[in-house]
Amino acid sequence: MRTEPQRVTLRRPAQHKYIPATEAEREEMLRVIGVPSVEALFGDIPAAVRLTAPLRLPPPLSDPEVMAHLSALAAKNAHADAAPCFLGAGAYDHYVPSVVWALAGRGEFLTAYTPYQAELMQGELQAIYEYQSMLCELTGMDVANASMYDGASALAEAAVMARDLTRRDEVVVSTAVHPEYRRVLKTYATPLGIRIVEVPHRDGTTDAEAVGAQISERTAAVIIQHPNFFGVLEEGKGLADIAHGRGALLVCGVAEPLSLGLLTPPGAWGADIVAGEGQALGNHLNFGGPYLGMMATRQEYMRRIPGRLVGATVDVDGRRGFVLTLQTREQHIRREKASSNICTNEALLALAAGIYMAALGPQGLRHVAELNLYKAAYAKEAIGGLRGFRVAFDGPTFNEFVVRTSVPPEEINRRLRREGILGGLPLGRFYPDLADGWLLCVTEQRTRAQIDRLVAALEGMR
Amino acid sequence: MYPKDLRYSSEHEWAKVEDGRVRVGITKFAADKLSDIVFVELPRIGAAVTFMQPCGVIESVKAVSDIYSPISGKVVEVNTALGDSPEVVNSDPYGKGWIVVIEPTDLKELDKLMTVEQYLKAIGEEK
Amino acid sequence: MSAKDFPVIFELSVSGRVGASYPAPDVPARPLAGLLPAGQIRTAPPALPEVSELDLVRHYTRLSHRNFSIDEGFYPLGSCTMKYNPKIHEDVARLPGFSRLHPYTPPDDAQGALEVIWELERLLAEISGMDRVTFQPAAGAHGELTGMLMIRAYFDARGERRTNVLVPDSAHGTNPATATMAGYRVITVASDARGNMDVRALREVMDDSVAAIMLTNPNTLGLFEEHILEVAEIVHDRGGQMYLDGANFNAVLGMTRPGDQGFDVMHMNLHKTFTTPHGGGGPGAGAVGVKSHLVPFLPTPVVEKDGDRFRLDDDRPQSIGKIRAFYGNFSNLVRAYTYVRSMGSEGLRQVAETAVLNANYVLARLRDRFDLPYDRLCKHEFVLAGTRQKKQCGVTTRDMAKRLLDYGFHAPTIYFPLIVEEAIMIEPTETESKRTLDEFIEAMRAIDREARETPQVVRDAPHATAVRRLDEVRAARQPDLRWRHR
Repeated sequence: MRTEPQRVTLRRPAQHKYIPATEAEREEMLRVIGVPSVEALFGDIPAAVRLTAPLRLPPPLSDPEVMAHLSALAAKNAHADAAPCFLGAGAYDHYVPSVVWALAGRGEFLTAYTPYQAELMQGELQAIYEYQSMLCELTGMDVANASMYDGASALAEAAVMARDLTRRDEVVVSTAVHPEYRRVLKTYATPLGIRIVEVPHRDGTTDAEAVGAQISERTAAVIIQHPNFFGVLEEGKGLADIAHGRGALLVCGVAEPLSLGLLTPPGAWGADIVAGEGQALGNHLNFGGPYLGMMATRQEYMRRIPGRLVGATVDVDGRRGFVLTLQTREQHIRREKASSNICTNEALLALAAGIYMAALGPQGLRHVAELNLYKAAYAKEAIGGLRGFRVAFDGPTFNEFVVRTSVPPEEINRRLRREGILGGLPLGRFYPDLADGWLLCVTEQRTRAQIDRLVAALEGMR
Repeated sequence: MYPKDLRYSSEHEWAKVEDGRVRVGITKFAADKLSDIVFVELPRIGAAVTFMQPCGVIESVKAVSDIYSPISGKVVEVNTALGDSPEVVNSDPYGKGWIVVIEPTDLKELDKLMTVEQYLKAIGEEK
Repeated sequence: MSAKDFPVIFELSVSGRVGASYPAPDVPARPLAGLLPAGQIRTAPPALPEVSELDLVRHYTRLSHRNFSIDEGFYPLGSCTMKYNPKIHEDVARLPGFSRLHPYTPPDDAQGALEVIWELERLLAEISGMDRVTFQPAAGAHGELTGMLMIRAYFDARGERRTNVLVPDSAHGTNPATATMAGYRVITVASDARGNMDVRALREVMDDSVAAIMLTNPNTLGLFEEHILEVAEIVHDRGGQMYLDGANFNAVLGMTRPGDQGFDVMHMNLHKTFTTPHGGGGPGAGAVGVKSHLVPFLPTPVVEKDGDRFRLDDDRPQSIGKIRAFYGNFSNLVRAYTYVRSMGSEGLRQVAETAVLNANYVLARLRDRFDLPYDRLCKHEFVLAGTRQKKQCGVTTRDMAKRLLDYGFHAPTIYFPLIVEEAIMIEPTETESKRTLDEFIEAMRAIDREARETPQVVRDAPHATAVRRLDEVRAARQPDLRWRHR
C-alpha cells in the first residue's frame, strides 16, 4: 500500500508576537467583563463612523521581509560612510565614539518614560543633571534645561523667553543666522505678535553698526549665531554691549557646539541666553532628526527658561536624589500660562551628548575642535588658491567656510557625485546674492587624502 | 482664620488699609490650596497696578498662580524677605507673609471687595 | 558626598584620564594665533569630567540599573501608551543609509529616505482618514502647535478674525498651552455626567469667534465621545475647525477614523500609538494629518512624487513656514513605518481590540475596590478615584502610586484629568500579557488592603526603591540645577 506524503501547508501564525493575548485568555477576559464579544466593547462608536471593511494597507511583512525592504530603501541613499561628506550647515559629520550608543541605546534608557516618578528613575534624572552641568561648562552659562526639540525651535523659544523677560515685543536678527532657524523664528513669533527685524550680514558677519541702528526701546533681544551660518566667528562681546546698552538681551544661537571646545564660550562674552543644536555632540546625522535643542541662561533668568529642569535634592533618609523641578512652569501645571507647550523633549539625545562630552573630556574636546580647525583651514587655503574659486569672506572660520565659484555650485556637486564625493551646500536657495556661494564643511572625519581628492577634482573645473 | 478687619478679593487676596496705604497678601484658603510656596515673583517698586489685574506671581510645587492687585495705584513696598523664606506665606499669610504695599489712587475702590462674611460664604461654596 | 550617595560623574573625575581616542592631525597644525583672534580662543577649558572608558561604561551602566523601563516592567500610565518597543526597529533605524545621511543630501541621492516619508504618509492618511500628513513636528505638543497655526493661517486666508479656542475641562495641559502659543484665548467646556463633552454647554459657547475646538477621542477619561457627530456639526455649522489630540489613537485603530468623525486636523503621537521608544522623555515624533482645505498651509518642505521620483517641494506660498529645521524626527519615521508594515490592517485592528479588552478586564477586576467616577465600558484606558481610600483611611492616590513602586510596577497616571478628584488613570496596552495584568490587579488590591489595615506603610512608600520620597519643595525653593565643584 502506498501512502501519500503529508501535504504541509505553512501558514503565517494568526497570533502576533507583539500581542500576547491568546484565544483562551480573550474568552476568559470577556467572561470577567461580562460581555459576549469584543465587538460589544465598541458599541459606543456611532454606526455611521464604524469601519466595516479593513483599512487598505499593504499585507503585513515578517521580520526578514521588513528588514529586506527597509535595507533596500536605505541602500538608495548616498550616506556619509559611502562618500566623504563636505556638508555642514547645522548638521555635522563627527566621529561618534562606540561607547555613546552602546550606553545610550541600553533598553533601560531607550524604553523608559519621562521621570515623573523620581524614586524609580534616579538613573535618567542623574544623567540629565550631569548633562545640564556639562552644558553649563561648555557654554559658560549658569543654568541649562533638559532639552528642546532642535536648535531652530530652541532659538525661537529663546526669543519668546526674551520677550517675557523684557516685556518688549521686537527682536533684531542677523541674516548670518541659519536661514531655517530664521524661518522657524518667524513661524513662532508671528502668532505671538513678536516683530522680527532682520539685519543683513556684511561680508559674512553680523553688521554691528546696522544692529545699533535698528535697536530700540522695543527690542527684547539681539539674535546672532556663533559660529554663524557661513562658519564665520562673530564679535559677540561688541554685540552684547550694544544690546545691553539699550536694555535688550543677547541671544546666541550655536549650531556647532564642538567649536566651544576651542572658542571663548558665550557666557564669557555676555550672552544672556544660549540656544543651540546638540547634534554634533554624539548624535548621528539621521537625515535631519531627531536632533537636540539646547538652552542655557543666566542664574537670574532661571525661572523663565522653558522645558524641563532636573534638580538635586534629598530624600527622607537624607540621601542625595534628583527630581524634575520648577515643573510648574511647564504646560502640565500652568496650562494656558505656560512659558511653552513642550512636553516630550529630546532626553535620549541629551543623555548621549552627556556621554560624549564625558568621553572626550576637556582635552579631547579641545583636540577634536583643533582637528576641525586645521583641516578646514587646509582645505580653505587649497581651494581658495584654485582658479575659478575664491574664499568669500575674510573673517575667521571654524570648520565651515564659503567659497564663490565660477562654475555654479549645483553643477560642481553633480560632477563631484560622479567622483563619489558629497559636495558642500549651494547657497543660492537661501541667499540670492550668493548664488555662486558654496558652503563647505570639513570636520575631523575628513582625512587629508579625502581633502586632497576634493581639491584635485575641483582643479580645472570650468 | 480670616481677620475681620481685612477686605477680600474674588481671587483670594486680602487688603488692609494702613495710613492711607494698602498692604496686600493672599488668604489662608489660597495658601492652603497652593500648598508649599516655593517662590514669589514680586513687582518692581514704583510699578503701576490696576484693580484685579495681575501684579505678581506665586509659585508652589503644585501650581503657579497670578497675584491680582485688589486696588489700583503704585507699588511702594515689596516683601523682599519672601526671597529667602517663601514658606512664610503658608505659615503667616496675614502677618509676615504680606506681599506688597500699594499707594492707592482711590481708596474707595476697596468697596468693590468682599467683607469677611462675604468671602467666607464665597469659599464655603467653593469647598 | 555622603557614603550613601551614588556618585555623580564629576566625582569620578581624575585629572589626566581620557575616555576617547582620536588621531593626530594629518594636515599641518598651525599656530592658533594665525587662525583665530586672541579674544576668541578659550582660555579656561570647560570643567568636564576626565574619566577612562571603563569608568564611563560602569557609571552609565549603573545609572541604567537605577531606571525603570518597558524592557523591565509594566507601565500602566494612562494616555501614554507604553507599549513594547520592538528591537528590529532599532536595527532598521541604525542602517547607515538612514543614520549616516545628511539632511542636505540632494534629493536625487536620498530617494530611499524620501520614499519612507512618502509611504508613511500614505499609510497614516489611510489609518486616520485624513488627506495629507506632515512629519515635521518633533512631538505631540509640537504637532498641536503646527495644527493650530494651520487653523490660524486658514482663517487669515479667509479674512476671518477668530480669537477663541474651545477645550474640554478634561484636556491635557498641552492643549490650552498650545492654543495660547498660537495666539488664541482659551474657553473651557464642561463634561457631562457620562464623561462626554456637554453638548448643551458647547452650543452655548460656540459662535463665530471660535476658531476651533481641541478634542481628544477617546477622551482623557478613556471614554469615546458618544456625541462626536453632533459636536462636529455644531462646530462646523459656525465655521469652526475640529482638532483632534490623537494621544489616545491606540484605542480605535481600524475601528473608526478621525477623518470620518469630522475632524479637520489631528496629531498622532508616533511615540505612543506607533511604538517609537520614549527615551526617558524623548525623542518623540508628531505626525499631523489634515483635510484637503488645510493642505496649502502645511509646513515646508512637503515630499512629492513625480512618476517614480521623489522630491522636496518648498514652493508653498501659503505654508505656515517651519516649526523646526530640516524635515522631522526621521529615524522615528523609519521606526513607525517599519511598525505599520509589520502589522498590516489586521494587526492594527487587533492592537485596538486587545488594548480595549485588556483595559476593560483590569477595570472589571478593580471596580469593587476603588471609586469609579464614570460607570461605562471604557476604551483603552480608564479612570478610577482614590477618594474612598482618602476618606476612610487617610491614604491618598499619591501614596498608593508610590506603594505600587514597591510591587515592581511603575505608577499609573495620577491627578489627571483634573476633573476627577484623586484620579488614577490606567492604560494597559495590548502588548501586556494576562499574567502581567493579573499581577498588577493583585498589587492594586493588596495596596487597598494595606490602606485599610496598615496605612502608614502606604503613606511612607516607596520603601524598596533606590531613593525614598524626595523633597520636591526643597528642590523648588533652593534650585540646584548643576554640579558645582567644591
